Amino acid sequence: MTTTKLFSATGNQMIAEAMRQADPDVMAAYPITPQTTIVENYAKFVANGAVNTEFVTVESEHSAMSACVGASAAGARVATATASQGLALMWEELFIAAGMRLPIVMANANRALSAPINIHGDHSDVMGARDTGWILLFAETAQEAYDNTVISFPIAEDKDVQLPVMTTLDGFITSHAMERCVMEDDETVRAFVGDYLPANGLITSPTPLGAGMFANGDSYMKSRYMLRRAIQDSLPVIERVGKAWAEKCGRPFDVVDAWECDDAELVVVVLGSAAGNVRHIARELRAQGKKVGVVRPRVYRPFPVKQIVEACKNAKAIAIMDRADSLGGQYGPLAVDVLGALASAGKSAPFHNYIYGLGGNDLTNDLVNKIFNDLEKLADGSLGTGGVSYLGMQEAEGAQNIWLG
Amino acid sequence: MNMPELDRFDEWAPEEFPKGYLCNAGTSVEYITGGWRSMRPVWNAEACTNCMMCWVVCPDSSIMVADEAMTGIDYDHCKGCGVCVHECRFNALEFIREDEAEVA
Amino acid sequence: MAGLKELSRKPEKLAPGHRLCGGCGASMAVRQIMMGLPDDVEPVVGCATGCLEVSTTIYPYDSWNVPFVHNAFENAAATISGVEAAFKGMQRAGKIPADKKMKFIAFGGDGGTYDIGLQSLSGAMERGHDMVYVCYDNGAYMNTGIQRSSATPKGAWATTAEVGKVEQGKQQVRKDLTSIIAAHGVPYVAQSTVGHWKDLVSKAEKAFAVEGPAFLNVLSPCPRGWRIGSDETAQICRLAVDTKFWPLFEVENGVWKLTPVREKNLKPLEDYLRPQGRFKHLFKPENAHIIEEMKADVDAYWAYLEGRVEGSKDATSPIE
Repeated sequence: MTTTKLFSATGNQMIAEAMRQADPDVMAAYPITPQTTIVENYAKFVANGAVNTEFVTVESEHSAMSACVGASAAGARVATATASQGLALMWEELFIAAGMRLPIVMANANRALSAPINIHGDHSDVMGARDTGWILLFAETAQEAYDNTVISFPIAEDKDVQLPVMTTLDGFITSHAMERCVMEDDETVRAFVGDYLPANGLITSPTPLGAGMFANGDSYMKSRYMLRRAIQDSLPVIERVGKAWAEKCGRPFDVVDAWECDDAELVVVVLGSAAGNVRHIARELRAQGKKVGVVRPRVYRPFPVKQIVEACKNAKAIAIMDRADSLGGQYGPLAVDVLGALASAGKSAPFHNYIYGLGGNDLTNDLVNKIFNDLEKLADGSLGTGGVSYLGMQEAEGAQNIWLG
Repeated sequence: MNMPELDRFDEWAPEEFPKGYLCNAGTSVEYITGGWRSMRPVWNAEACTNCMMCWVVCPDSSIMVADEAMTGIDYDHCKGCGVCVHECRFNALEFIREDEAEVA
Repeated sequence: MAGLKELSRKPEKLAPGHRLCGGCGASMAVRQIMMGLPDDVEPVVGCATGCLEVSTTIYPYDSWNVPFVHNAFENAAATISGVEAAFKGMQRAGKIPADKKMKFIAFGGDGGTYDIGLQSLSGAMERGHDMVYVCYDNGAYMNTGIQRSSATPKGAWATTAEVGKVEQGKQQVRKDLTSIIAAHGVPYVAQSTVGHWKDLVSKAEKAFAVEGPAFLNVLSPCPRGWRIGSDETAQICRLAVDTKFWPLFEVENGVWKLTPVREKNLKPLEDYLRPQGRFKHLFKPENAHIIEEMKADVDAYWAYLEGRVEGSKDATSPIE
């Protein structure tokens, strides 16, 4: 058993601590709300000599990820943190980091995107990164933000994975709120994440190498195909590393947290911090004998298709909650993923897609209750399937599937 | 780093590519650019003073040198730009049409 | 510094077989600059997207005989600063030997340096990384087909600064990037050309000798874009210098030094412009005033540099 420390901390503090314990060779970062306190905390570790990290205080997020790409290509363990507009500014670099198979670990404090400008939590930023080739982890709590960050290093650096990992937490709700947290001792974390010294880094390779080469002909497609396979095949590694950490620290790890789903007929699928709000109401409904369940993907990329299908196996109605919209598309991004997973398994159930909490808009108990009420109506056929609505703005009934009329 | 043979590059299976599209350094010597030439610099060793002016300006690393002396021109890679001929102050390089050049 | 014979003993850093055009100034810049690197220092080279990058890295044919990284267009400076940071961090962590000596070098064209990469470059210079940034300045976006950049000279034709009935090529003066980087207070900044190997190699040696950031702005003609013969690359550089169009100067620890043009070498600006097709419209009688404006700009810039030399002569003397 490890020596653990129990204390109160914010999600950002916990991420900074996990990064300190992993002691990356390079951190290149730029301040942006609500991530800033991660790099502020880290700057203190640097100033106190608590880490070996070369701390590169770049002039933009684009340069932050550019420097991370250079450092990771060189053979260093690399970490950074960002949010919102900063993640958006990194966009082209996200593809490059993944395409070059660079195991960079980045925390993202999920936040709305302009316009209008808004600093609060939603998933608009991270959803823009969902197809870049990064592994995406969503934390529900500050504790999970810590655990996800610890496991991010060995996942990213696994010789078969070699992909960047984004460890995300909801802006302010998780990044700034104080929670009761546990931290494992430094030796335990260091032993768990291990050393990283790749043989194919620009400054670690015994022979000179070129990175970031130009692809002609069909070699581009071959390379992207291998990238698809790499992220697809990373799920078992994520599960293995997550379970190994769970065994060490005694906190559970599942790629999908399926709460009371074995017999659940009314199922809500939700990412991140809102899962707690939904389970709070679901517990009350369970106490009333209602067969409700809550499905929370802790790993969003690669999308855990089988686990989602399994969690929804007895669903008679499904609510998918998106904290981001896919403008001009039919549904929010999580809904598209869930529906695709169900369709691929030949499973279908009446569903409704809720866009909620944009720009930190509160998810109240009333709103969650409304979702469960709608689920009952979806299940008994009194509410048609396939709708999408802005939760709290539109009645589900008044927001039938606009694409199908 | 292990890479499959470059001359069957088009047939490499996706799995054969080094991860991250990494490449061994200096492999472009295997790529022949001599076919680009329409003009050919021809070296007159007797007139040459080994001043190395042609060597320092050659954009294609195609002036061959050893022990501080010129040894020839790398026609596998020389593109025939003529910078060496232009810069030579000793008339040691002649510029002739490629189709008039003797085939070695 | 070493003479050419001695330099010819150094291992070649740029392999042949790259796909740059015949007579390209960019590869001349790379070869001559890398000749200035001490033999006991291992380099890592980074490159901004552009002609040099694309033509030297067409997979599986890498023209770099040294470790090389390309990331994107606007971030060569940030990328190589990351490589440098990796070296420092890994050395501190004991992952690489403490006595290993390395140098980090970035090449970017004028588009990738004056324009889209300026922020990244400014940041890297300000942070003080142990790196040399080289701008191979050919005065336009040559890789995409001769579009104007902020390095394109006034009056030059470019495919986005066309010559027509109401406009006669680029209307704005070239940005003085070298002074902008000098204003960062970095230890070494210099301007040279690929037609002045002695000047360029010695400036590269100084840049590599600096502990911290150094910047070289190197006139690197593009025969295709300038509409000159492929054999004229070095010659046109000499004309650029002898007409005072492209002054050779350096700023060493704040002290400005300008290489004078000898009276016997001094030539009118037209001698630099006339051989280049990109300036041919300027020789129409109705465009004579543009050449006059350009001459005034050249004189004003020279006077400005003389002022910098005079104003900095009492600054802390440069390190040797």
